[in-house]
Amino acid sequence: MNLNRVSAIVLRQFYLIRGSFSRVVPLFAWVAIDIVLWGFITKYLNIVTASGLNFVPILLGAVLFWDFFIRVMQGVTMAFFEDVWSRNFLNFFATPLSIAEYLGGLVLSSIITSSIGLVVMLVLATLVFGLSFFIFGLAIFPFLLVLFLFGIALGIFASAMVLRLGPSAEWFVWPVPALLSPFAGVFYPLSTLPGWMQYVSYLLPPSYVFESMRSIISGGSASDEALLLSGGLAVLYILLAGLFFTRTFRHAVRTGLLARYSAENVA
Amino acid sequence: MNVLSVNGLCKRYGDTLAVDDVSFEVNTNEIVGLLGPNGAGKTTIINMILGVLEPSCGTIRIEGVDVRTSRSQALARTNFAAVYAPLPGNLTVYQNLRVFGLIYAVKNLSSRIEELLAQFDLTSFRNVRCGVLSSGEQTRASLAKAMLNRPHLLLLDEPTASLDPATAREIRSKIRSFASQSTGGVLWTSHNMYEVEEVCDRVLFLSRGKILLQGDPKSLPAEHGKENLEELFITVAREPLTLGDRRMP
Repeated sequence: MNLNRVSAIVLRQFYLIRGSFSRVVPLFAWVAIDIVLWGFITKYLNIVTASGLNFVPILLGAVLFWDFFIRVMQGVTMAFFEDVWSRNFLNFFATPLSIAEYLGGLVLSSIITSSIGLVVMLVLATLVFGLSFFIFGLAIFPFLLVLFLFGIALGIFASAMVLRLGPSAEWFVWPVPALLSPFAGVFYPLSTLPGWMQYVSYLLPPSYVFESMRSIISGGSASDEALLLSGGLAVLYILLAGLFFTRTFRHAVRTGLLARYSAENVA
Repeated sequence: MNVLSVNGLCKRYGDTLAVDDVSFEVNTNEIVGLLGPNGAGKTTIINMILGVLEPSCGTIRIEGVDVRTSRSQALARTNFAAVYAPLPGNLTVYQNLRVFGLIYAVKNLSSRIEELLAQFDLTSFRNVRCGVLSSGEQTRASLAKAMLNRPHLLLLDEPTASLDPATAREIRSKIRSFASQSTGGVLWTSHNMYEVEEVCDRVLFLSRGKILLQGDPKSLPAEHGKENLEELFITVAREPLTLGDRRMP
């Protein structure tokens, strides 16, 4: 893998973001709004419920982790969409750039953009709503890592889907996190779900993160086995997503879709 | 020496044979014109050479490197400009050249960019987004990108289509000097027969995916009883069968 080529994709994304107010604002605005909204909801719940349960780490922590996952996924897809919107596939893929280098560039771009959102969320949740991340201890690192890896996997998968189905398929991508959230048990234990939904949850790495998070808050500890399993699943999904993207790309090269990518094409 | 060697190339879409057993070469310091009516298969051939379209059969070698098996190595030696592939409009001329310069691993990139900005009269547009340039300026920016890595094989799909006659002449002379002074060869498509006659050392006439004729653009019309290249082109487009029995080897 040539790092110059990977950095070219990151540089392109940097140029686009630097020169565009409408690209800068979404890096932190929506996650900040989410934290503020859920911050006040949790404060209100702490007042009106007599359970003695502190909703700040349970709900606000969950929102922060989930939003981080969404930002990672969208960091990949947004960088990919830039090529869809500017019809740039022919320019990029008629060069020595390999698929691995291209995807590597999308992932690196996502690391940078999602880190900005994460920092904004951490600052707001800690300073304004008193969320202390010390409560999670060192487990916060595997939590973020698993969510990051799964966000990357889903971002690559979603990009491949748009490559295969055409530009208008981007509308399938936006609701993906909302579709997964009931199964991931972001706000409730998996035991709340009916049996068939729990089976789906076991296939989703974030569900282990949120179960562990709740376990820590209620005085227990995170299960090392569960976190290892979720990390392994996330890595597996990255490999599968990379394979799916590669196969989709080859299909696009074989059928001529890549050379003519601009119109609807699901041939 | 061959910079491009195409052998038995074909492309099939279902029952349609878009490119049918095409073989040709481009040599060092040579400009080869790929001519033919719309839909003859010119862009399909260029896309296959650029590795963005997989041939159904045949091989493409750029300086002996197979595009199918060693895509990155082969494409590092080439570059292209095409009217249907403008540079991303949301980046400035300089930013586009910087990004593509990194992809092509251009040495001394900053000075190479300055050199090309001056060469293609783009210095005053360096910080202008490509999307707001006139079509002629966009073409010059695409050509500057195409020259970034001093390619050994330069593919140009109607490079002067949106240029005024004066700029088109300037661009033609730049490409001619690229071909004569560098170690590269050029594959050029155009519908401007005057331009083809002026620039190309050799032309290939395509019709319905096959090479129908090839030869020197200055002598080819007379060899087929036509007054000029444009007349020959029209005959190829309208009555290809009348030329079939005089096909060149």
